[in-house]
Amino acid sequence: MNKIPNRQAICETLMSYAKEDKHIIALCSDSRGSASMTPFFNEFPEQSVEVGIAEQNLVSISAGMAHCGEKPYCFSPACFLSTRSYEQAKVDVAYSNTNVKLIGISGGISYGELGMSHHSAQDIAAMSAIPNMRVYLPSDRFQTVKLIESLLKDEKPAYVRVGRNPVEDIYSEDNCPFEMDRATVIGELDGKNDVAIVACGEMVRPAAEAAAILKEKGIKAVVLDMYCVKPLDKGAVVKAARSAELVITVEEHAPYGGLGSAVAVEVAANCPKKVITMALPDDHVITGKSGAVFDYYGLNAEGIAKKAVENLG
Amino acid sequence: MKKTEFDAKALTIKSLELRKVVLDMIMNSGGGHIGGDFSVMDILVTLYFDQMNIGPENMDDADRDYFIMSKGHSVESYYAVLAAKGFFETETVVREFSQFGSKFIGHPNNELPGIEMNSGSLGHGLPVCVGMALACRKENRPGRVYTVMGDGELAEGSVWEGFMAGGHYGLSNLCAVVDRNRLQISGTTEQVMTHENLHAQIESFGWHVIETQGNDIAKLHEAFEQAKTVKDKPVCIIANTVKGYGGGEIMENKAAWHHHVPTREEYGQIIKALDAKKEEMLHE
Ligand SMILES: Cc1ncc(C[n+]2csc(CCOP(=O)(O)OP(=O)(O)O)c2C)c(N)n1
Ligand SMILES: [Mg+2]
Repeated sequence: MNKIPNRQAICETLMSYAKEDKHIIALCSDSRGSASMTPFFNEFPEQSVEVGIAEQNLVSISAGMAHCGEKPYCFSPACFLSTRSYEQAKVDVAYSNTNVKLIGISGGISYGELGMSHHSAQDIAAMSAIPNMRVYLPSDRFQTVKLIESLLKDEKPAYVRVGRNPVEDIYSEDNCPFEMDRATVIGELDGKNDVAIVACGEMVRPAAEAAAILKEKGIKAVVLDMYCVKPLDKGAVVKAARSAELVITVEEHAPYGGLGSAVAVEVAANCPKKVITMALPDDHVITGKSGAVFDYYGLNAEGIAKKAVENLG
Repeated sequence: MKKTEFDAKALTIKSLELRKVVLDMIMNSGGGHIGGDFSVMDILVTLYFDQMNIGPENMDDADRDYFIMSKGHSVESYYAVLAAKGFFETETVVREFSQFGSKFIGHPNNELPGIEMNSGSLGHGLPVCVGMALACRKENRPGRVYTVMGDGELAEGSVWEGFMAGGHYGLSNLCAVVDRNRLQISGTTEQVMTHENLHAQIESFGWHVIETQGNDIAKLHEAFEQAKTVKDKPVCIIANTVKGYGGGEIMENKAAWHHHVPTREEYGQIIKALDAKKEEMLHE
């Protein structure tokens, strides 16, 4: 049972690079505790900026610092970072092309009991719609580290969403295949599959478990860990769709404008196949801890496997 | 609605008792924002049981007063007060708070009786109240519009846009309260984002500002009464409070208690502190 949430992996990665690179800056909006960034703030006070409960200010200040040569990582709950600061992200970050990395913490329905104000089920749609904004939802802590290391090397805007709770490992310290902006394939892409499951973020683990359940039933599934929702790894999507009869997408997001929409567009244009999109409902999400909420909406291994069985001829 | 005689002592005791309801909700659900709940309770009790013309019997009357809990994370106190006011059963909210499928979510939700607007994302309450106050004034309604904000919340730019508009339109039917407990999640407000000149700042936006003791119901009563006499300007009451007030030394004025869930032992200590305060009141 993994105890390290992805947010903590981000903090540790940034800390290991911040020693050498004094331009790495962490910015928080009364959110350093929930971002697991307290150790960074304590160790690198000169590279830390607190703006108080002011997410719009947070993003614009980050953009200003980036313009003057700093490398800001700004942390706030994904719900506020993506929609409260939306215009700042659009204009000051993406449009002005500043090197700001927006880190949305406690994403999706991590704050299960706190209601719609605290869910970020619109962030993929909102951020994806901005030109020059990349959107990443890493699945486990090992992939999170690789992603952050890769982002540290470029100078372009990006939005990263991670959840609040630790997620079960999918990869390991020495076995975490990662290529920037390429989906990680769990299973085989080259042979023939019955179903291709495309998932991102916290939904990758249940997708991989669903593949195992399906295998028992003699159904062959390939899983794409599409941590790079934008730029979507179109090549992998088309290849996976071609290899299978059915495509299923799974995401912790509203049913519109997220991973499912992006995948469906590619499949429809290049190799029309049936695409089933699994997501949160277009409704107020039921109150409860995220695990119970996922179960309720069938966003778990059994639910995904069931959808596959139901939709395979 | 018939106005009852103001009785500071009785309301203070009620306020201490309602903190126990908050505690039960948090113990039962394993979540909540206890520090801000305890600091704001006296403000809510004064508003609901002394000042505001709001109750289950008149929620459909456009001439009632209006209230928005802008610091929505203090929802446990809000629920406890609404239940005491008769909007729903105290037992029900304690049992169902934050449970799977519950309507008693961890932030105010207007599918519940008594709640005007949803909140939880900080910095929305004041601008929405400006809209309500404008609408009430336009329709010559007698009702007043109230909101309670946190002091950390004041870092949101939208709050100051609300102050600006309230001042600009001279909304004397609008009263904003700041729960000035000087703490937020990451530390003191002065460390995180200072409001050292809060009084002058708000005044400069065209508001009448009253500073008072926010954990003293008699003082709060006075401030709200005074607010009603102010002409042509909105009023902001800076209520100086103690975060965690009433819960005793273990939790008072401690940033970590923003959303700490008490252990069984701490629960006992808090109950003891509340009872001791109550005894003190009774023998005053
Ligand atoms: C827009 C927004 N940003 C961040 C949060 C997360 N948050 C909840 S409570 C809180 C601290 C509030 O401090 P303060 O306003 O002083 O409230 P109090 O001390 O009365 O609890 C924060 C940052 C939020 N609810 N809304
Ligand atoms: Mg405060």
